[in-house]
Formats: sequence, structure tokens, C-alpha cells
Amino acid sequence: MAAPVAPMTERAVRNVVFVDGVRTPFGKAGPKGIYAETRADDLVVKVIRELLRRHPELPPERVDEVAIAATTQIGDQGLTIGRTAALLAGLPKSVPGYAIDRMCAGAMTAVTTAASGIAFGAYDVVIAGGVEHMGRHPMGEGVDPNPRFLADRLVDTSALVMGQTAENLHDRFPGITKERADAFAAASQAKYDAAVKAGKIGPEFVSVATRSADKGWGLATADEPPRPGTTVEDLAGLKTPFRPHGRVTAGNAAGLNDGATGCLLADEATAVELGLPIGMRLVGYSFAGVEPEVMGVGPVPATEKALARTGLRISDIGLFEVNEAFAVQVLAFLDHFGIADDDPRVNQWGGAIATGHPLASSGVRLMTQLAHQFAERPDVRYGITTMCIGIGMGGTVIWENPHYERSEGSNQHSEGDK
Amino acid sequence: MTTTLEQAKAAFPDEVVTKAVTRLVPVPGLAKPIALITIDNGFDHTRPSTFGPQSLVSLNAAFDEALAAEPAAIAVTGKPFVFAVGADLSGVEQVSAPEIAREIAQTGHDVFRRFTESSIPTFAFVNGAVMGGGLELALSCHYRTLVSNAAAIAFPEVFLGLFPGWGGTQLLPNLIGADAAVTVIIENALNQNKMLKPAQAAELGIVDVVFDSADYLEQSLAWLAKVVNGEITVSRPEVDRGEAWDAALARGRAFVEAKTHGASPGATKALELLELARKNDLDAGYAAETDGLAELLMTDELRAGLYSFNLVQKRARKPAGAPDKSLARPVTKVGIVGAGLMASQLALLFVRQLKVPVVLTDVDQARVDKGVGYVHGEIDKLQGRKRLSPDAANRLKALVSGSLDKAAFADADFVIEAVFEELSVKQQVFAEVEEHVSAECVLATNTSSLSITEMASKLSHPERVVGFHFFNPVAVLPLLEIVRGEQTDDATLATAFSVGKQLKKSSVLVKDAPAFVVNRLLTRFLGEVIRAVDEGTPFEVADKALDPLGLPMSPLILLQLVGPAVALHVAETMHHAFPDRFGVSENMKRFVAAGKTAVYTWDATGKPQVDPEVAALWQPGTSPLTAAELRDRAEGALAEEIRLMLDEGVVAEAQDIDLCLILGAGWPFWLGGITPYLDRAGVSERVTGKRFLAQGVASVPA
Repeated sequence: MAAPVAPMTERAVRNVVFVDGVRTPFGKAGPKGIYAETRADDLVVKVIRELLRRHPELPPERVDEVAIAATTQIGDQGLTIGRTAALLAGLPKSVPGYAIDRMCAGAMTAVTTAASGIAFGAYDVVIAGGVEHMGRHPMGEGVDPNPRFLADRLVDTSALVMGQTAENLHDRFPGITKERADAFAAASQAKYDAAVKAGKIGPEFVSVATRSADKGWGLATADEPPRPGTTVEDLAGLKTPFRPHGRVTAGNAAGLNDGATGCLLADEATAVELGLPIGMRLVGYSFAGVEPEVMGVGPVPATEKALARTGLRISDIGLFEVNEAFAVQVLAFLDHFGIADDDPRVNQWGGAIATGHPLASSGVRLMTQLAHQFAERPDVRYGITTMCIGIGMGGTVIWENPHYERSEGSNQHSEGDK
Repeated sequence: MTTTLEQAKAAFPDEVVTKAVTRLVPVPGLAKPIALITIDNGFDHTRPSTFGPQSLVSLNAAFDEALAAEPAAIAVTGKPFVFAVGADLSGVEQVSAPEIAREIAQTGHDVFRRFTESSIPTFAFVNGAVMGGGLELALSCHYRTLVSNAAAIAFPEVFLGLFPGWGGTQLLPNLIGADAAVTVIIENALNQNKMLKPAQAAELGIVDVVFDSADYLEQSLAWLAKVVNGEITVSRPEVDRGEAWDAALARGRAFVEAKTHGASPGATKALELLELARKNDLDAGYAAETDGLAELLMTDELRAGLYSFNLVQKRARKPAGAPDKSLARPVTKVGIVGAGLMASQLALLFVRQLKVPVVLTDVDQARVDKGVGYVHGEIDKLQGRKRLSPDAANRLKALVSGSLDKAAFADADFVIEAVFEELSVKQQVFAEVEEHVSAECVLATNTSSLSITEMASKLSHPERVVGFHFFNPVAVLPLLEIVRGEQTDDATLATAFSVGKQLKKSSVLVKDAPAFVVNRLLTRFLGEVIRAVDEGTPFEVADKALDPLGLPMSPLILLQLVGPAVALHVAETMHHAFPDRFGVSENMKRFVAAGKTAVYTWDATGKPQVDPEVAALWQPGTSPLTAAELRDRAEGALAEEIRLMLDEGVVAEAQDIDLCLILGAGWPFWLGGITPYLDRAGVSERVTGKRFLAQGVASVPA
């Protein structure tokens, strides 16, 4: 018998950078939405091609993996969409791909999983992203929950209905009132509208040709869901579909949407070698589970865990991109960390309540926006992207700003302070 | 435009309308939206969008709407995979009044020209198949993008006996030069309607730019924005209107002459219009196109071309008299008796299309090895030309084997023989095969003239025998005559049709009659030519007498291709069956006995002259015919023979005769095969007392 091979004595973890991200404009799900007659896989194809078009310095054969998330992996979101979209986008056949799912945090998980592969040395460059066409694939399509969930009282019947979990969260935190939620939602619409007008939203878009058998071809160049000018008064009168006299409405929650996102991640040395820009540097990430009935609280333990693992404090974080599945869930996060509802570091360009939340795609939208904000804010060193996840989870990714310039009097927590 | 929707509906009530809808679309980089017109007939890509009168009214209205919006640009594109494939031909067939023909011609010009004369820039986003009128719409726009996966790009008009009459003859040469225009409009059309590939279309300058299919429309719109903004300037080469134009037209004329001998008015008119286009005067050019189209649409010649189109597109896909498909048995292994050239070609065809084991048998190992070697060699050649991948070539080669023992056929479902054309030999071969195969195994024969019924008569299972007659070259000619013997059962016949379809052939059901369809008619026809020569008509006169039919090759060249020995053998068979109408020429016997294979020899310049040895052995009579006399006689003979064949029930209808001649003998599409010509020329009535086709079928309705 041969002698066992000696283990590699050392493995260097490599730095992972977020190069660039793009997304399709988001649409409203349903027969009247802009993508009603557009396939989900085609949305991903447009995203992949846009990334390659924006980065001619990247030889396509250098892409080592294409990780694409979708919550409902059937039909045009099935068939191992990372692989099929790569082929359809014209990437060399030598480039592999896979599909991944963690509900709302699908794209976020595509990023963290693929990034971990880069850190480990398995990949140099990856494409990670997500898609959800909730018009073609309504939430819960084809699910078959195990009867033991209820028989064994593992979860409450409300756990699978996201709006009900948001109502549950209001129960848990009575201080978060419908009025606070509506005010946060109206502010999200206003911040988004201002960001569009300031040209902050739009540069990350890839236009998508949209077919309509009746109206002919069109071109999606802007998000469809936002309702600029929404006031708290408008929101106050909306129905509460999840409970009579409840608090969660279509106005203080993200809608049902269609869209796709994608980003390029790279080993930092490879990015330098190829001349790829560095948008953000990955610091760390965590996912955490919570009771499925209050899935919206997930970002709290996820963020605590990520901070603990990276040795950072919440005060080190200069920018927050928190997914707005529900206003209540963002407010629960802010309350936990003692951040004001209108703190300017949080969702400064608005959030999913305005722009929409095509489930598995949203994580990369948060990251792309954070990267763009980093470029404008050399005074900020760290930012986080965080989101709540169905079936009771949260995910948080901490990023470092490569444009950060240490200045006198900076209150940023420095390495030496650990 | 003068046509109203009501008039358009009246002109062609059954039109599948291609609706044009205008949508204002924001495009990044442009301050104003563009007007994007989508043309879509509401069906999927298997029924491409076409333009009939109502479609043109719709496009015109869409253009009005676009203009009214004062957009940054006007663009037109199609439904997925299809831009537009031209005029609705079924509408043209219904036109019986000259004023409607003129209206169709004029309306196309009126609507398309608005895109040309628009002060707002116009773009065609050619997102898929584009032919004829679709291509003319694209050419009418100021700029064109093309999708990388466009399935078909062509002007098929001349192929159909028409010419591109909605601006094509004027716009194309002024865009890409007369030489390239001759290639597209004349040469490709007359070469079996050859299509351009997207890269070729770009190379010729028909489109300005090609974009990948994955995000074609998005990139086209981005390109449009850059053109409108002046970031991109589209430069096109200067067109040479002098000598190059002369040379191109001369080339076109020579090509048309060689292919049609002046027998296709559409091709001739196309040349005339291309000459006129030199002046680049759209008023004069379009007026001439309209006049020409109005005239041509009302000719029987054009209707014959459309008739052919329908035969090939529709009738060939649903063979008349074929039994229910569900009766067909699967074919998982094929046996071929014989390993000669014909057998080897069949083996190659079967293995490539069916991808099942194919076993060749012959009487000695050397022949078997040669046959298998031929197939393997051809597969290697296909691999060399990148028509087959290495894996596919390995797969096919492994499927082809040879054997001396017909026991190798034991598990075959379909055995075809291609042995010597002698009834007793074939009977014996089938008897031997029957000892090994199952009771259901189909026994097919590639005989060109022998009786299927007699061939089957001595078998235990005569119901499994079927005629399966290919045409040379097997890989090229699409026709398959499937012959039903007296005892052939439906399952056998259905299997034969199923195999024919899998082989990508167009099958026609034929009764078991001597020489079936194509060979019977060609033999009768050739017999008349030979008889005229025997009577003293000079070879050259006899050979050119039939030029007005526009046949793919003259009779004596056909004789050379078929092989005089084979032709003589068939003539003898036919003489035996029908001694009154099919003669056997003593001169031909001498010609064959002398081992001659051709009447002509060619000098160094390629000019043919009658081989002096042939002239010497031929003993002509003293009553030569003029070309006109011979043509009358040959046409009369064809009409007589076709009438008899229809009366005997050799095929279901005259349409099947024409289909056979178009697909099996390469007779011109624009002639309608043969029966429309014979009807039109009055031959059918003169010889048989009636037409083959009712007025309105392959002719202008009364």
C-alpha cells in the first residue's frame, strides 16, 4: 500500500472582489407586466451578455462558473439555468454553470457560494446572479410541503405565506406600527424617485426587448413597479390582505415582480491581471436561521453573526443596503441596531418597496447599488447587504470599499482597534 | 395609398393578415422615443408573415401612426424568427381581374416607398426569415440590421416565374451594385432558389450590420441610437453604373438564357428592370415594375410557377393516396442486396438519415468490401468537409457492414434490392431474402421499369413487396416513386412512405405500370427525339427543338447522363409493353453496341460537336423534321402519354405527374412541371380533347 499523500501544508485564502453588476429593469408580474411574454432565461441571457459587453477585457473563456439562482426552478427557470443561460448567452461551451436556490437570497447565495470557490482557489472569475419571473412562476408554484411541518408543529401555517410572517413580525415588535411602516414605504418611493432623477438608478440596467403579441415589440429601459409621489395618506387607505385590520399592505411591501441580475466576481489578483475594475472587496458573510413564522427578522442574527466573524462592529458600517421585502422587516433590523428609520446610510436610493423584488434576483441588485455608492463615498470603508429569506432565514454580506481613503477625524473603526 | 380596407378585403377575403402595430419605444441615448412597427400575422414561425392587400393597408396605417408621433426614427421588425417572407401567393392565385393585379403591384410600391422617402430615418430590423416582399420592405428603409440566425434571405421571385416587383429590381442593384444584384435576383433564384446566409448578405452589402440573436433587437436599437445621434456613419460603396453594370447584365442574360432559353417571362423581365435601374430613377423604375407585375400576374406562366410552389410545398408533404401513417412499422435495420454503386449510394442515404444498421450483401467479398468501402469513404469526405462531426462519422461507419450471407438480414425490417434489372434475377433475390427475414419485413425494389406484382408473385408474402424508385443522383434528386403492387398491403405501403419521409424524399404513390411516371414520360419524349433523328433530322436541330420547354438539359445530354444502354433497355421494356407508342431505334442499338456513351464530343473550348463516329454509325432517313415539327410531335406525345397514364390510374391526378417531373427530372418550376404548359399551349385539347387542369388551376381563373 502506497504511503498516504502528504496534505497540502498551507492553503492561502484569496481576496474576492465584486467587479461589476447589472440588472434588467424590474417588471410587474402578471399579464400586463412588461415581461409578460418574455422568458426568464432570456432575462438572464441579456444580463450575462451585458456583463461581457461592459468588460471586453475579460476573455469569455476565463469565466470559470456561472451560478444563477431561481426560486422556482421549473420551465424557463429550470434545466440548470446557470448552464443553459451560459450556453444561450454565447459563452464558450467549456464554461460550466449551475442553478442555486435560497428563495429571496438566491442571488446573494450565488455570490457567496461562488465567492467562496474563488477564495478557495477553485475559480478565478465567476458570473453570479439570479432571476425570478413571478408572472410565469408565481410564488409557491408546484410546492408540496411535507405534512409533518404541521403535524409535528415544526412551523405555523402562516410560515409559508410571506405576508403573514410580516404580520407576525408586527406582533412581535408592537413598536413597529403600520404608520411607521407606511412612512418608511413612502420614503422608499421618494428616495428611489430622487435617485432616478439624479441618474443613480439606470446605469446598471441592460435594456430588454419585450414582446407583446398585441402591442408589438417594446424595450424595457426603466423599472415598472415604482409609484413616485406615493404619500403616507395614499398608503393609509390600502387593504391589508393578510389579516383583517392588519398592517401589511401592497404599499408597504415589495410587489410581485419579474427581473434578473448578475455580477462578475473575481480573485483580486486575477482582476488586476485582466484589468477588471474592483467595485467592492468581500469581507465576510453569514446566513442565519430564525423561526419561519417571523422570517423577516432574519437579517438581525445574520448580521450579528457576520459582524462577529469579521470582527467588525455595527458602527463600522457606513452604508446599508437592506432588502425591503416588507417595511416592518427593515424597521425590525434598524430598531435592533439602534438606527433611525430615516438614517441616510440606509437604502439611500430607495429599496424593493419601490423598485420591486423579483425574489432570487434581488441580492445582486443590493450589491450593485452598494458598489456604486462606494464609488461615490471614499469616506466609507464598509457596507453591508442584507436580506430576509423565506422559511425563516437571513443573509448578510459585508463589503469593503476599495475607494476608501482614510482621513483625519474619520470615525471608522480601524483594523488596529480590534 | 388609394386602397381602402374594404377594397383590400374584397380583393382577397381569405388573406391571413399580417398586422402592423406601432409602439413608441424609449431608446437610451435618444431624447425622443422611436416608433417601432412590429409586423406579425399572429401565427408562430411555421406560418411566416406575408403581405396581402389588407396587410399592406395595416402597414400603411402603422406608418401613419408612426409619423404622427414625430419619433426620432421609425423602425420595422417582425415576430420571433420571421421578418416577412413576401407577398401572399395564395392571394395572387385568386386574382382574376387585371385591375386587381395592378392594384396589388401599385399598393406594395406606395406603402413601401413611404419608408424610403420618409424625412424621419427608417430602419429595418431584419430579425429572421426575409424573402421577396419582406426583403423589399427592408430595402425600402434607410438602414438595415440583420440577425445572425436568419433562416432564409432571398428573392425567390424569379424561381417562381415572377420578379421582385415591389422595388426589389430597383433598390437592390443601386444598393449593392448590379453584379451582386444579378447573383441574388437571377442566379440564386434560378439555382433551385438558393438562399443567402446572414454573413453573405452582410458581405454583399444588403444589410449594414449583423447582430447576434441573443440580444438582437436590443443591439439593433442601440445601433439605431448611434446612427441617429451621428456617432455611427454608415458608409456604402459607390455603385459602378458603367461597364460593371453592362458586364453584370451580360452575365445575367447569359445565365437566364442557359437556364430558361427565354421560356420564363419573369426572368426576362427581371433583366429588363435591372437594366432600367441603372438610372436610379425610382419613379420610372417603380412604374415599370408595376406595369410589369400587373401584366405578369395575369399570365398563365406565372400561375404555373405558383402551382409548382404549392405542389412542392403542400402536395409533396401529403402524398395523395398514401395510407394512414399509424400503419407504418418501425425500421430499425436495413438490408441492401447488392453492393454496386447504386446500392452503395442507397446505403449511404439510409445510414445518414435513418441512423440504423445497414447491411450490404453481394456475391463475392471483393464487391462487398468495395461497397462498404465506398460508404465509409463518403462518410470520411463528409467529415472532412465538416458536415459530420468525428463522433457522428464514427457512429455512421460503425452502422454499415457487409456480408456474403443473407442471414445477416434476419433482424432487418426493410430490405431493398438494387441488383441487375432482370425480373428473374430479382425474383430469385427476394426468394432468398425471404428465407431469412420475418414475415413483416418490407421487401423493396429500386427497379425503374419492372413489374412489382410479378416480382412479388412467387413469394410466400407478396404483400410485403413495394417499389421504391429513386432518381440519380440519389443524394440530390428529391423524388421517390413508391409503387404499389397488386398485393402490396397498407402496412407495407405506409412503412415505405414513412421511410421515404425519413430519407427526406418527396414520395409519390404510383401504380405498378411500366416505368412508372418519370421514366415513362422521359422515354416517350426521348423516343420522339431519336425517331426524328432516325428520320433524318440533324442531331443539333433535334436537340434544340425542345428548348422552349426550358428543360434542365437537352434530350441528347439527358441521354448521356442516363446512359444509352440503360435508356435503350428501358425503351425496349416500354416497347414490349406499348409497342404502338414506344419504338426501339436500330440506330440506338448500333450506338450502344459500339460502346458509345455520348452523341457529342467537346473541343478544347468546350464547344460540342457531333462525334464523327456516332455520325458514321447512325443511318438517318431522308425526311427531316423542322424544330417546330418535332416540338409539336414531342409535345403531342407527352400529352397523349399523360392522358393515358391518368386514365390508367398510374397516379391520382395530373398534379402528381407534374410533381414527379419537377422533383425527379428537374423540369422547371416556372413551367409548372408539364401539364400547365401543355394546357396553355393548347396541346392537351388538340391531342386529347381536353385540358389536364381546370381553368384557374395553374392558370388565370376565367
